[in-house]
Amino acid sequence: MTALLDVQDLTVRFAMPRPSFFAPRPYLEAVRQVSFRLEAGHALGIVGESGSGKTTTAMAAIRLVEAASGKVVFDGQDLLQLSDEDMRQRRRDVQLIFQDPYSSLNPRARVADIVREPMDLMEIGTADERHDRVEELFKLVGLRPDQLSLFPHQFSGGQRQRISIARALTTNPRLLVCDEPVSALDVAIQAQILNLLARLKTELNLSYLFISHDLGVVRHVCDDVAVMYLGKIVEMGSRDALFDNPQHPYTQALLAAAPSLARRKSRGYVRPLKISGDPPSPLNPPKGCAFADRCPRVQDVCRQVQPELETVSSHQAACHFPGPVNHA
Amino acid sequence: MADIQQDIRPSRLHRAWNSDLGWSFRHAPVAVASTFVVLLLIIGAVLAPFIAPHSPFDPGSLNLMNGFTPPGQANQFTGDYFLLGTDDQGRDVFSTILYGMRISLFVGFAAVLLAMVLGVTLGLLAGYLGGWTETIIMRVADVQLTFPAILVAMLIFGIAKGITPPEYRNEMAIWVLILAIGLSDWVQFARVVRGATLVEKNREYVQAAKLIGRSPFAIMLRHILPNVLNPVLVIATISLALAIIAEATLSFLGVGAPPTKPSLGTLIRIGQEFMFSGEWWILFFPAATLLALALSINLLGDWLRDALNPRLR
Repeated sequence: MTALLDVQDLTVRFAMPRPSFFAPRPYLEAVRQVSFRLEAGHALGIVGESGSGKTTTAMAAIRLVEAASGKVVFDGQDLLQLSDEDMRQRRRDVQLIFQDPYSSLNPRARVADIVREPMDLMEIGTADERHDRVEELFKLVGLRPDQLSLFPHQFSGGQRQRISIARALTTNPRLLVCDEPVSALDVAIQAQILNLLARLKTELNLSYLFISHDLGVVRHVCDDVAVMYLGKIVEMGSRDALFDNPQHPYTQALLAAAPSLARRKSRGYVRPLKISGDPPSPLNPPKGCAFADRCPRVQDVCRQVQPELETVSSHQAACHFPGPVNHA
Repeated sequence: MADIQQDIRPSRLHRAWNSDLGWSFRHAPVAVASTFVVLLLIIGAVLAPFIAPHSPFDPGSLNLMNGFTPPGQANQFTGDYFLLGTDDQGRDVFSTILYGMRISLFVGFAAVLLAMVLGVTLGLLAGYLGGWTETIIMRVADVQLTFPAILVAMLIFGIAKGITPPEYRNEMAIWVLILAIGLSDWVQFARVVRGATLVEKNREYVQAAKLIGRSPFAIMLRHILPNVLNPVLVIATISLALAIIAEATLSFLGVGAPPTKPSLGTLIRIGQEFMFSGEWWILFFPAATLLALALSINLLGDWLRDALNPRLR
């Protein structure tokens, strides 16, 4: 199977203010040479803590944030090389669901107009066809057609996220980037939206690039998972391989930190691996492994040489000393 | 199906009356009273040709013998009666006020409209585009703010007067006045709109519009503009009062509306010449009208600012 989205060595830099007039301008490398593949019909989850660059990676892949270097091959075409007009045409295949349903809908527009806007802009169909399509989308995401002429503030958070999904689906995209689509919602509503996303994925043969810090959500939705730390992917593999057999100590700590009622009583329960401290500053990333200062397995080589992603057992990890959790 | 639903929906007026703003309006006696005064004055000005008992600018209908008739008394020579008295030329003060308000209100509304269009456009561009565009626009605004608005208006008025041919000067005076006041007043619109745009442009709905490939101008016009209009409305209201006063000030100084088309300011200028000789009504009534107009509009603007402020709800 060929990959729908093939990201190679994607790097994103943000220019920072000069510390003094004569000093060179410092750059913050938010994403450092990230590569991953997303198969058609799959969902790839990107997880990591705040500031790890997961959102920036996705935004750069769909050109909402400018990438410094790298390739984003979507369906055989490098999106980063496209002209603005070609990219505009390509956007119908790649759509985005935002994190905050309260700010992602224009408060002064009726929801039917919000959902119809992409069609108006890309001149798809006649006015009547567009109207029918909006009604169809409303039913698809579980809203009533008589709510079409309301304003966003008349809806709840979960309903707004449904509107956001309807807008993203308007142009029949093939790839949906979901930027923490449920983290702003109540848990009960989260389940509804996740089930909706799962249903749409099979019904419409969508692929998801799913960004989240919630491991439970990722485990529920995604087929493959990539773990990011300080702008780099530290471990990547299929969901089961990664969750059941994590190789990178950061992934292990992340999994251990996720609260769970069930795990404490389950067989083979290991006490959470405690890691302390904060990630290093992305303005001045360490020479070796970014996780070295917090890692329980750190050796001298970790501080000197940056580990690359290598195949370890069933998947890939970027660690000099990969292995299952130590039963200490 | 859709038609039936449309019919059930309450009318626009009904919805406006029942909205938050409508509720706030009904519970603010000051706002209701101000609106009443403003509407009364506007209706008076608009219908001046039908309401005014005399036509004050038709020389044929004037009788110099009627000059300096006190308000509420019959003229001692002709026996004519004038509600608010007459000026030195025998013109009915009540009628001149009605006609004067036409000029004052027209200049005020037009100047605010000009300032608003200019300020909102430049503010949107500065806030959304940033970079050099923003630096240039906002520095120009800062420089202009260091001069008093009335001085800027006088400067523009002077320049415009210098370049218009003398035979058109009286006809052009009103338009020059509008230009001068409008250009001296755009800065606050630009500042407020830029500030609001900086907030709105980072909201996700703007990202969503970018994502589907909307051009920057379409995003500014369709997405950001409707969301920054609340503060603009408040400033426009208060600016209207200021513009009317600025027009009166310019006319009072003799650089504004010409004597053939007097505004409230011109009337006050004419009136103050007779204040110390006892004909107080020639000054008093136009000044009181100006005060009532400006005060009511200002109070209305104050109420609007509070009513639209989400933190005060």
